[in-house]
Amino acid sequence: MAPATGSGAPAARFAVPGRIAVSEQAAAVWQTATLTEIRRETPQAATFRLAVPGWAGHLPGQHLMLRLTAPDGYVAQRHYSIASAPDGSGHIELTLDHVPDGEVSGWFHTVARPGDTVEVRGPLSGFFAWPGDRPALLLGAGSGIVPLMSMVRHHRGHGLTVPLRMLVSARSPKELIYASELGAETTPVFTRSAPQGMAVGRLAAAHVAPLLAEEPSGGWEAYVCGSNGFAEHASRLLVAAGQPVDRIRIERFG
Amino acid sequence: MNVTRGFMGRPRVHNPGLPPGQYDAGEDWPVLSAEVTPDLAAADWSFSIDGLVERPHTWDWDAAHALPASAYDGDIHCVTGWSKFGVRFGGVSLDAFLNVVRPHVSATHVIAASHTGYTTNLPLADLTGGRAWIVWEYDGKPLPSEHGGPARLLVPHLYFWKSAKWIAGLTLLDHDEAGFWERNGYHERGNPWEEQRYSGD
Ligand SMILES: Cc1cc2nc3c(=O)[nH]c(=O)nc-3n(C[C@H](O)[C@H](O)[C@H](O)COP(=O)(O)OP(=O)(O)OC[C@H]3O[C@@H](n4cnc5c(N)ncnc54)[C@H](O)[C@@H]3O)c2cc1C
Repeated sequence: MAPATGSGAPAARFAVPGRIAVSEQAAAVWQTATLTEIRRETPQAATFRLAVPGWAGHLPGQHLMLRLTAPDGYVAQRHYSIASAPDGSGHIELTLDHVPDGEVSGWFHTVARPGDTVEVRGPLSGFFAWPGDRPALLLGAGSGIVPLMSMVRHHRGHGLTVPLRMLVSARSPKELIYASELGAETTPVFTRSAPQGMAVGRLAAAHVAPLLAEEPSGGWEAYVCGSNGFAEHASRLLVAAGQPVDRIRIERFG
Repeated sequence: MNVTRGFMGRPRVHNPGLPPGQYDAGEDWPVLSAEVTPDLAAADWSFSIDGLVERPHTWDWDAAHALPASAYDGDIHCVTGWSKFGVRFGGVSLDAFLNVVRPHVSATHVIAASHTGYTTNLPLADLTGGRAWIVWEYDGKPLPSEHGGPARLLVPHLYFWKSAKWIAGLTLLDHDEAGFWERNGYHERGNPWEEQRYSGD
């Protein structure tokens, strides 16, 4: 690479999307959210439906900040992607993995019940958002499917015709979140055990190649979400398969 | 206070080093870049300072290493909520670079840019006086690429998104200009002790 000269900033090699504005007001305010429903998704994951009367709306792919407060004033805050599509219902849904010894996910999975209140602020980060305007190639693993599902639901809910494909990695069919809702747009990849006749193994070049081969005009906007290990692996596969680095957005859960 | 029914939090000891709203990530060091980790070899790395300076300058790997070595021993804080205690980075104080380029008195702010195109803004005063570094070592070893290696900016008294990975350069300005996350709703300055996470905090 040539040394950066002139301006300190070399030509941007990753996308800085000017097209999505984040409402600064909404992001600044903590709002009370009331838990209205809990749905089990897998043995480890459940969806928590929250009524947030002042919710400003979000774009598929955005996340929020959530906080729990203990009686002594101790506060724990974590980021969670929004699972539901924007629907104006005054409700949003989050899907949480039960992390072993997890402080916040542990409370949700073992204590929370409808009627409880928590606090949220958001939506946050326009970078990972997908308004439904460009062909989207989604790659997720584990709970990394959550923000991608918001995109899939949005696509379906509005009957969008812009191409959308999803590759999702899970340990086994029973750990595949939203399994019953996934359709022809989705190719699952199972890493530990798979249904009869399906390969077991990591997401590989062979999964990515056909999707890049059927690239729509204008190309894919790729969205990668999951653990850092998955994000590194999947984004490298995309680059190796020819996806431009400036058309890859990554959300890392840590 | 909006107490959450049945939430006690983990048993904890008061830790005066932990800014409000943060938790101790222990051995973990989460990675939170929005872009693909670049394949950037040390030999291809360069670092420039330009804008409102008397002598704009670009250092390559060897030239940067010829400056006096300086280490940071302390804590780092990420806006996503984790803090990491007692980390050790090795590199060169930013003062050493700034002494070479000589900032104009009119320079008040800086845009830091990475080799990937990521940007973040900082007041110049947050980068001087031994409070900021260009670092290439973590814990005595080369800084891993996913954490910004071969070299990153380190401004440990601000939230870590200000410590641009894969640092390519600084441009000194006489006004403030939002960078990547700042345009995406994050705070202009990002002081963890004042919980300056998002615009409006
Ligand atoms: C942008 C973003 C979006 C995300 N979206 C989602 C999502 O949609 N769904 C989802 O499930 N997750 C999501 N996450 C991850 C989420 O934010 C939390 O990290 C996750 O829920 C774990 O939090 P926790 O409080 O349950 O676990 P933590 O208490 O943070 O624990 C995590 C691990 O660290 C250990 N640990 C940490 N601190 C201590 C301590 N003091 N003592 C002992 N052990 C400790 C625990 O044993 C555990 O193994 C997202 C993260 C990001 C950054």
